[in-house]
Amino acid sequence: MNRAKHTLIPTRVQAMAPGMTGGTGALQGGRTIRFQPVNVGRYFVWGLAAVLFAVAPLIFTSGFAVTLLSQMGIFIIFCLSYNVIFGQGGMLSFGHAVYSGLGAFFAIHALNWIGAGTLSLPVALIPLVGGLAGAFFGVLFGYVTTKKSGTPFAMITLGIGELVFACSLMFPGFFGGEGGITTNRVVGEPFLGITFGPQIQVYYLVALWCFASMIAMFAFSHTPLGRISNAVRDNPERVEFIGYNTQRVRYLVLIVSAFFAGVSGGLTAINFEIVSAENVSAVRSGGVLLATFIGGAGFFFGPILGAVVFAFAAIALSEFTKAWQLYLGVFFVLMVMYAPGGLASIILMNLRVAKYGKFRRLLDPYWGLLLTGAAALLGIVAVVELTYFRTLEGFSGSKTTLFGLPVDSASPEVWLTVIVLLVAAAAGFEAMRRRFKREWDVVQEEIEEQVAREVKL
Amino acid sequence: MTLEFALISLLNGLSYGLLLFMLSSGLTLIFSMMGVLNFAHASFYMLGAYIAYAISTVVGFWPALVLAPLLVGLLGAGVERFGLRKVHKWGHVPELLFTFGLTFIIVELVQMIWGKAAVPYRIPAELEGPMFTLFTTTFPAYRGFMMGVAVAMLVAIWLLLTRTRIGLVIQAALTHPEAVESLGHNVPRVFMLVFGGGSALAGLAGVIGGNAFVTEPAMAAFVGSIIFVVVVVGGMGSLAGAFVASLLIGILQTFAVAVDASLGGLLDGFGVAPAADSALNTILVLKVSQVAPVLPYLLLVLILIFRPKGLMGTREG
Amino acid sequence: MTAAQTGAPALQLTDVRKSFGKTEIIRGVNLSIPAGERHAIIGPNGAGKSTLFNLVSGRFPVSTGSIKLDGRETTRLKPFEINRMGLSRSFQVTNIFHRLSVFENIRAATLYSLGYRYSFWHRLASLRDAAERAEEVLQMIGLRSRRDTMAGLLTYAEQRALEIGVTIAGGADVILLDEPTAGMSRSESDAAVELIRRVTKGKTLVMVEHDMSVVFGLADRISVLVYGEVIASDVPSAIRGNAKVQEAYLGTTLENAETAHG
Repeated sequence: MNRAKHTLIPTRVQAMAPGMTGGTGALQGGRTIRFQPVNVGRYFVWGLAAVLFAVAPLIFTSGFAVTLLSQMGIFIIFCLSYNVIFGQGGMLSFGHAVYSGLGAFFAIHALNWIGAGTLSLPVALIPLVGGLAGAFFGVLFGYVTTKKSGTPFAMITLGIGELVFACSLMFPGFFGGEGGITTNRVVGEPFLGITFGPQIQVYYLVALWCFASMIAMFAFSHTPLGRISNAVRDNPERVEFIGYNTQRVRYLVLIVSAFFAGVSGGLTAINFEIVSAENVSAVRSGGVLLATFIGGAGFFFGPILGAVVFAFAAIALSEFTKAWQLYLGVFFVLMVMYAPGGLASIILMNLRVAKYGKFRRLLDPYWGLLLTGAAALLGIVAVVELTYFRTLEGFSGSKTTLFGLPVDSASPEVWLTVIVLLVAAAAGFEAMRRRFKREWDVVQEEIEEQVAREVKL
Repeated sequence: MTLEFALISLLNGLSYGLLLFMLSSGLTLIFSMMGVLNFAHASFYMLGAYIAYAISTVVGFWPALVLAPLLVGLLGAGVERFGLRKVHKWGHVPELLFTFGLTFIIVELVQMIWGKAAVPYRIPAELEGPMFTLFTTTFPAYRGFMMGVAVAMLVAIWLLLTRTRIGLVIQAALTHPEAVESLGHNVPRVFMLVFGGGSALAGLAGVIGGNAFVTEPAMAAFVGSIIFVVVVVGGMGSLAGAFVASLLIGILQTFAVAVDASLGGLLDGFGVAPAADSALNTILVLKVSQVAPVLPYLLLVLILIFRPKGLMGTREG
Repeated sequence: MTAAQTGAPALQLTDVRKSFGKTEIIRGVNLSIPAGERHAIIGPNGAGKSTLFNLVSGRFPVSTGSIKLDGRETTRLKPFEINRMGLSRSFQVTNIFHRLSVFENIRAATLYSLGYRYSFWHRLASLRDAAERAEEVLQMIGLRSRRDTMAGLLTYAEQRALEIGVTIAGGADVILLDEPTAGMSRSESDAAVELIRRVTKGKTLVMVEHDMSVVFGLADRISVLVYGEVIASDVPSAIRGNAKVQEAYLGTTLENAETAHG
């Protein structure tokens, strides 16, 4: 029985390689008749993405929303570029911001040259300058970093990242020192009346580049080099024995990744009109790693999801709490421990359960988890927020608001209530978690049996 | 460069290098034994300093010297038992990511409890002042104390590893964990001990380093990247290499930070003088002290190009 | 130029030695395997068979000696260079790309030999020659029904078959198989032997094996490796009766063993 791969929901979900085969072949007595039905599902998804990009700012029209959407779009490109080496190539890098940051610096200088009249280039092509700069440094640094793999590679990228960051403070001519380099993006000839002054115009520029980059990186994963880099991820030694120089594969893939990172850097320069040493910092490198991993490195759309979640946390959540980085860090560690495939894998696993018609059984346990989890979360947030308040602002008095309610952070009753709530909710959550796990394991077993039966047919 | 300056800088560099070795030795042991590169190692260093600060404000420095490393060690053992062990089955990359996330959390927690500014963790009064004076420059007593503690600790570790039974088990498990387990030793417990012990060592380094340098949330990141350089330059998995690299980098950095001459001036001393308006000028105009932060990473890149195995590397890592 | 054209042996080892530190594992091996021969290397555990394979495939460097493939020197070359010259090997511990599908595993193994190399401007799905070759190999190894299954989820025997498929997909003329039937049941081994015979038709096969029925069923010639030295190299029937070989395996010769048991 041949199974056409039109569906988006694979039957085997355990951190799969992005982009599985899209056609079937029917064999008759030794001859191979090949037919490749149009993969409707794939076109539908890309079309939907394009539509979403186009209408998002029309739905969320506030200035804040458009800014957020622009930054999300830029970060999506950055995370996808990271996943080219991480999820698809198996290379863990702690210094990816080097390529996006240096791309941003080159882009912003180019913008300034356009403004001064020494360079004639449409602003819309500035991200390309960033991309080329990123690729150049990919060629330069990649030569050194891809000499190793695995953990040594990770540490080398850390070292190079620190090297570049330290250099950026040493050469104020190019890097602008502490204050960075500023620019004005409304320069050069307006194109069809578009000056990129208003944020909405910047958004659409970002959206275009983001969509184009998404298509490009998706296509890349379906080329020989892209597929061999998957093989290098799975089994670097074996790849040598099918004729490939593993180091060369890694080097080339890094250059591709650095290019797109540079594109995101170029867009950063346009969007913020300022680039500083922070753009090449270890914090940025850590952020893209966190976001990509949280989203799910094993699937193409994982980093997109992670970028959206992370950007949301960094920009929107940070308005509400100073502890957003702590929450994100804890979330990340929990993901590493319990769901290393990221949010994408959680979604797909649940979709698989739904596909086999067993999701109803999990509804009750999920509710249990959700309610106790939410209560426990409230308790944790309360403790964290109160502690932060006491540490950072406690000198101005002890009254503050918690979830909109006025509380006295010095009163022992408040602390007692919060801690009791937390402990009770945590206990409840553990009970719910065990119940859920039991139910989940049973469901998984049943699905496995069903799949095994299907294969035998 | 006067002789006294050179000597004092050398001694200062030595004490900094020994501190780096205290940190990188724990990192190397954990890496050699468990295959996991503990990103959080430097944040245990930071925790040691902060906890010592907290304890010393209540009961003084000397109890803190004993208690803080113990607490950090316990924390490290707990982290291994309840966190790292769960992640172990996913492989080395998730382990690295776990320790990376842990660093993140620890830094945020420290800021949550003690704030973002540096805390006034001071050298105890008994150890203030000069140890000896060389011509006009003094060598601080505290630096001597640091060196003393570092050397004592390292000698103790060496004795532990080579003379005690548990030390032999650790040495065996360093290269053949499965064989050791099949001999009946509780290898997971050994792992927990090594992880906890390494963390305690990092904590101790924090106790004595935090008040000599500065105790602030950024200290973990700063020293963290340096010890990674040390470990790679020395050769992954080699304690001797870590020792040499620690001293090398410690002395290099201490000297560089203290030299006020510009790079161009240095070249002058060698008799080389490029044209005044050459492109190299942007680099040559820099003072050596400004370039100092880059030097360890530059060394890293050079080693990777010319001697990828590190100075004394045996394992490829 | 293949061995068949030049007349040189497909694989030639001359006084190959390998030491790890002070321990000499391979102590002067001389071997000459003509093109098209099916050659088995047998020997007790620890004799150095896998090490020998690793030397030939370039995974480890030799200490001294020379290895020639089709008359060309491969002694100091890297694995991918040797592979490009027409030698491919399988592994004792299954070494496939566990997150790629079965089809993708095999297609990946065809790409370099078909000339696609490091291309990022070709769409994989439109590479007909790669797809056809992969389907061909899939058919040969009998895994067509598992085409789109993720390799890490196959049964052990299926993975071993895939391992062989990946090894031959690139069209190499000299195939090294390292214990291809390790861990298989009788029926699985028989199927594997059939498979190996099919896929190595017209090629040179060098095989390390422990299963004697596999060895005697497939091999044209057998070499016996003991403590890093080849103590005998001959046709199967001669090896069977060779006293030295019997001693190496049984600790004594067959005659003595038979008389002892009566």
